[in-house]
Amino acid sequence: MTPLLTIRNLKRHFGGLWATRDVSLEIQRGEIHALIGPNGAGKTTLIHLISGGLFPDEGQLLFDGRDVTKKTMHDRVALGIARSFQITQIFPKIAALENVRLAVQAQQRDWGSSLRMWRPASADFLMIEEAEDWLGRVGLAEHAGTHAADLSHGEQRALELAMTLATRPRLLLLDEPLAGMGPEESERMTQLIASLRGEQTVLLVEHDMDMVFRVADRISVLVAGHITATGTPEAIRVDPAVKRAYLGEDIA
Amino acid sequence: MRTYRSLGELSLLSLAIALPWLLQALGEDYYIGFATRLLIYALAATSLNFVVGYGGMVAFGHAAFFGGGAYLVALLMTGGLISAWASWPLTMFIVALLAWAIGAISLRTRGVYFIMITLAFAQMIYYSVISLKIAGGDDGLPIDQRSNLFPFDLANDNVLYWLALGLLALSLLLLKRLSHSRYGHALAGIRQNETRMEALGYPVQQLKLVCFVIGAALAALAGALLVNQNGMAGPGQLYWTQSGMLLVMVILGGVGQRYGGVLGAFVLLGLEEVLAQVTEHNHLYIGLILLAVVLYAPRGLAGLFCKSR
Ligand SMILES: Nc1ncnc2c1ncn2[C@@H]1O[C@H](COP(=O)(O)OP(=O)(O)OP(=O)(O)O)[C@@H](O)[C@H]1O
Ligand SMILES: [Mg+2]
Repeated sequence: MTPLLTIRNLKRHFGGLWATRDVSLEIQRGEIHALIGPNGAGKTTLIHLISGGLFPDEGQLLFDGRDVTKKTMHDRVALGIARSFQITQIFPKIAALENVRLAVQAQQRDWGSSLRMWRPASADFLMIEEAEDWLGRVGLAEHAGTHAADLSHGEQRALELAMTLATRPRLLLLDEPLAGMGPEESERMTQLIASLRGEQTVLLVEHDMDMVFRVADRISVLVAGHITATGTPEAIRVDPAVKRAYLGEDIA
Repeated sequence: MRTYRSLGELSLLSLAIALPWLLQALGEDYYIGFATRLLIYALAATSLNFVVGYGGMVAFGHAAFFGGGAYLVALLMTGGLISAWASWPLTMFIVALLAWAIGAISLRTRGVYFIMITLAFAQMIYYSVISLKIAGGDDGLPIDQRSNLFPFDLANDNVLYWLALGLLALSLLLLKRLSHSRYGHALAGIRQNETRMEALGYPVQQLKLVCFVIGAALAALAGALLVNQNGMAGPGQLYWTQSGMLLVMVILGGVGQRYGGVLGAFVLLGLEEVLAQVTEHNHLYIGLILLAVVLYAPRGLAGLFCKSR
């Protein structure tokens, strides 16, 4: 089986700074692949490059064998690449349920070309039921009617995950899902992501090492725009170069 | 609540339909022309409100489409195409194409740059048109009769009034339907968070472009009415002050409020008419009123009456 995503010699610079320098990586079908690395290593930039938020200066992206290097973000979502953001991106002024309903609507790829354009979207019960299911999946069932802006930070992160899942991605890109969360919220989110194992391919950027070693099938280490190591959690834990560059000598 | 509201809408509509007969009974038929003007500007402002309030695009070149519609109908008439059934849809189509081209370029920018680039395009069109001999140059382009809308006789002022009223009502209905549809919800999402919409898979730029083009086509329809009402297409209708006035109407009436454009047009033109009779400084007072609305009623006059869109 070919990998779900193949990254070949990807390069991207901002002015004189190479945020991504010659990254090659393969994401296998069904794995949870963690991407770790110090601040400023280029993790978010790589997520942007894969999702279509940024375009590379050089290199190639193959998704399921198809070249997607030049495709726009919304085209990549249609193919099955969806992402969350390091800084939560939701619709603050509408209810949590309506947030997810918009994601379900997007997944149906109907922008109004059909006669459905003339029916009130709020009367489409199938779409609403599906949105409710996703909210339940992330534990927000009883907040369906709450304005997204009134949810706690952790709930907003969970809401964004529900929206991303509702687009039914084949590859899920998560940029620091635990950022800014307290211990309880972190635990809930960790369990949620662990529950995706086997059913969903995930590329996960995360600073929380406990979480990474708990959920990841494989780990890649990114330092200064370079992948310095890729391997199982056990292998990464004992890799001397990784310890020096990132984990610090005290983690054994 | 909802039924009360549509009852209110219906009684206002009936009153508006009866207006020509009321004016006749009062011996004030002169005002029918003014009432038609109000309706035409209400339609133009509503079309801009769709772009600004629903699509979230502050377009400062709407005069190009409003005035452009007026000029195209006049030009087609000069060329012998008198039938409104043919020339008005054709005009809307040409303006829609123009808006599609302008929008596709302008939508690459945002914020202040979008305002500037739409303004620049509209001014380019203004200068091109006044340099055209067949468009009458600085003098504008008069028409020697009104469009032919067989079996209706537009030469009759009352019929033109009813037509403007009907088209305004239809447009408002269309926008109401649109705003509740999937497309309308998508626009609402775009107004709140474009990044998130794109990341959900919505082709954000295209959806905004469609909104821009619909707004332009409706403005062209208003322009077609205007040239029939005024008896000519004039350069002033293409000038940036016209775009500014439409924006003022939208802000005054309520950005993104369904009746915002209508209220804004009625109040602004009404005030101009009244104030012009009592003072020379009418623009100063209108400026002050606009300032008060922006400061104390940020959702516009329509926002004072109702919460919903
Ligand atoms: N739009 C941009 N313009 C200029 N420089 C940028 C831009 N985006 C990122 N950079 C720079 O590129 C480098 C990589 O940034 P990136 O956000 O990818 O790092 P990161 O690994 O996600 O860091 P963090 O762990 O802090 O989120 C940084 O030095 C950053 O300052
Ligand atoms: Mg980052």
